Amino acid sequence: METSNWQEQKKKNIKNLAIWTVGWVLTMALVTFGPKFIWEGNQLLTYLAFFLNLGLGVGMIFANRNHINGLDELDKKITFDAMAIALGVGVIGGLSFSVMDITNMIGFDAEISFLVILISITYLIAMVVGKFRYK
Amino acid sequence: MKNRVKVLRAEHNITQADLANSVQVSRQTINAIEKEKFDPSLDLAFKLSKFFSKSIEEIFEYHNK
Repeated sequence: METSNWQEQKKKNIKNLAIWTVGWVLTMALVTFGPKFIWEGNQLLTYLAFFLNLGLGVGMIFANRNHINGLDELDKKITFDAMAIALGVGVIGGLSFSVMDITNMIGFDAEISFLVILISITYLIAMVVGKFRYK
Repeated sequence: MKNRVKVLRAEHNITQADLANSVQVSRQTINAIEKEKFDPSLDLAFKLSKFFSKSIEEIFEYHNK
């Protein structure tokens, strides 16, 4: 009975995280493209979309924390290792990228989206490596 | 840390999945413990101890790395 509850709670946490993430991604698209393509610069709607996106982002953070707390100890270790590597690469890579922009070592601006992509890819690779390591 | 989880599991004639369900972890966690790639927490060690009705020292043997 207890076992079943543990697994059901894990599935519920994953589903909950997926819902918050989809909501956050959709409202991010809304706040990015809405002012130009839907409500043509209406500031009130832009503010509403922005705060809706921000609220869903906060919800997603807590849903992610609940998801991680619900993992079993090996999955937690793999996840924490991957997060540590992603954070390190994000800080070091992000600052190095910024310095390259400031010193004109690169011919384009260091956009925040590059940093997000770098962290995401690093996290995914670290998760896969971790899964293989303990296979 | 060395352990006798695989031997004890075989003696009880249960699968990794059965043991994993009983102590509320994933099958991969049991597999990693049996292969001595992953050392369990004290909480999980106690659960395994209770499941096999053995003391922790009878299941796990500490080796200083």
